[in-house]
Amino acid sequence: MVDLPLTENNEIIRLEEAQKIYQMGVQELHALAGVTLSFKKGSFWAIMGPSGSGKSTMMNILGCLDRLTSGRYFLEDTDVSSLDDNALSELRLKYLGFVFQSFNLIPQLTVQRNIELPLYYLGWDAIRSARRAGELAEEVGLGGRLHHRPTELSGGEMQRVAVARALANDPQVIFADEPTGNLDSATGEQILELLDELNKQGKTIIMVTHEPDIAKHAGNRLHMIDGVIDRIEQN
Amino acid sequence: MRQTKVFRNIWLGIENVLMHKLRSFLTMLGVVFGVGSVVAMLSVGEGASKEALEQIRKLGSNNIIISSVKSAEEEQTSTDHSHMSIYGLTYEDQFRIAESFSNIQETAPVKLMRKETRLRERSMELRVVGTTPQWFDLVPRPIIAGRVLLPSDQDKQAPVAVLTEFGARKILATENTIGQTIRIGGDEFEIVGIVKSESGQAGNIQIPDQQIDVYISIEVARKYFGDIEVKRTSGSRSMEKVELHQVLVRVDNTDNVEATAAGIERMLERFHKKKDYIVSVPLALLKQAEATKRTFNIVLGSIAGISLLVGGIGIMNIMLASVTERTREIGIRRAIGAKRRQIVLQFLIETVVLSTTGGIIGLGIGTLIPFLITYFSGMMTVLTWAGVLFPLFISMTIGIVFGLYPAMHAARVDPIVALRHE
Repeated sequence: MVDLPLTENNEIIRLEEAQKIYQMGVQELHALAGVTLSFKKGSFWAIMGPSGSGKSTMMNILGCLDRLTSGRYFLEDTDVSSLDDNALSELRLKYLGFVFQSFNLIPQLTVQRNIELPLYYLGWDAIRSARRAGELAEEVGLGGRLHHRPTELSGGEMQRVAVARALANDPQVIFADEPTGNLDSATGEQILELLDELNKQGKTIIMVTHEPDIAKHAGNRLHMIDGVIDRIEQN
Repeated sequence: MRQTKVFRNIWLGIENVLMHKLRSFLTMLGVVFGVGSVVAMLSVGEGASKEALEQIRKLGSNNIIISSVKSAEEEQTSTDHSHMSIYGLTYEDQFRIAESFSNIQETAPVKLMRKETRLRERSMELRVVGTTPQWFDLVPRPIIAGRVLLPSDQDKQAPVAVLTEFGARKILATENTIGQTIRIGGDEFEIVGIVKSESGQAGNIQIPDQQIDVYISIEVARKYFGDIEVKRTSGSRSMEKVELHQVLVRVDNTDNVEATAAGIERMLERFHKKKDYIVSVPLALLKQAEATKRTFNIVLGSIAGISLLVGGIGIMNIMLASVTERTREIGIRRAIGAKRRQIVLQFLIETVVLSTTGGIIGLGIGTLIPFLITYFSGMMTVLTWAGVLFPLFISMTIGIVFGLYPAMHAARVDPIVALRHE
């Protein structure tokens, strides 16, 4: 394995012999059983596989929510595998955005406050944050909904808020975990178009899904099974 | 910049607390009552000690009061008709006390008699106090009209009297006050002054003056009324010879009061065969009263402290429940990039906002209670700045202490698990 800086290869993510082992009583569960791969900057990946194939673990690891048992993970030029909880939080805050199947908005907060959340932790002041939240809401087509609460929105609208929130910190990589799972197909399609649009703007997008139709939006499809890569398809 | 961030954090905390109005209110309740009772307790305690000081001021903190009492054996034989009880302090005693101690600044002899006092058709029984001008130094009271007794009255043995405000109102009524002649016993006295009087007890010592006093020179009292008092009680007659009923002594310095009192006691022991006097020291009483009050305050304080503790535990309980309920929110915040300490801070600020708000409300209630106590029981209550700020400070501290555990609990939440939490 050649240890080149990722940026020279135009890579943004690289896993080397990545292992994630869960201790289940006496048994060991190899959620990731030695995965080596790299994602190019600005690519759109779909991670596929049946449940238990390790795709969620993959997403948690890549999203810096979890740490490898062994192996290495580089995000741009950072060796993520050596970082502590604080540094991982910092990475998520500055470089990553998340969109979840169940939207994961904070129900007590207005749309604006939800979108502002990453900016709050980035230390932006209230006025700048509000302006940025307004722009992002406009971008995802929710300009008039800033002062509504998530409970007053439809599923599609909630997911748009989630996308706007994921974009607030201008992330390098956006992770989408079954982003259309709780939406009807028409609304789901709109969210996917939104992701396409973001990908065209140069964002790297990593989407976990088990539906082949949805995975087709991604230029690259990583099929996983039993914690290892089954195959990789590319358009 | 740094400051605005602090305010923003606090503001967000307040917003979060306001999102659950009823729950927040119920959570605060413990602190509300805790702080309320602490404030009330402090003001009652403060009032009590101020009241004690007030009483001591009436007695004079540098004073020693020596009073004549009937000794036990005398009490028994006095049922005999022909017997005359002779007891108590003598003119000699006063002279000796005044001369023997360098610490003593002033002494005042006191001779007490009850006499019918009249002005035309109005009459009432007054307590005649035969004393010297020093009385008015030892028992300082505001002069309402005229003057107090003067050494010249003493020298001339002038039949002049000083009335108290109460006595003046009863006896003189609408009459021309100063210069009026009244009859005390059978003799005429000219009113030369009117003073205010205090009344009541301080500890277990009677305050030297009473409302129904009339002050005359001791020489005059002796000449007109003598030393023997005849008491008629239900047909039987008893006679008592008491030269002085009290001797008031003022010592130069508070530190010397107790030593001087002990000295006086020792000296009197030598000259009196029977124990027919009592030496009382207001200062000692003050100290005793203070000690009692301190115990009282400690008891009250512990009760208030316990209610604060319960309030704090209440907050902790609700905050822990809130952390569980908001696990998903914590997960979202962590996924977005919030560090553990930012989660700790968020929950801590919310708890402190709750407890401090509770503290402020409690302060409102707590300042009301003393008014009610004063209104209904007449007990003196005093609100001090310390009595207000200390409970507020305590309520903030409670927020931090009892908020810390739930906040740490929140920060330990694993974002992956939390995001799946329903």
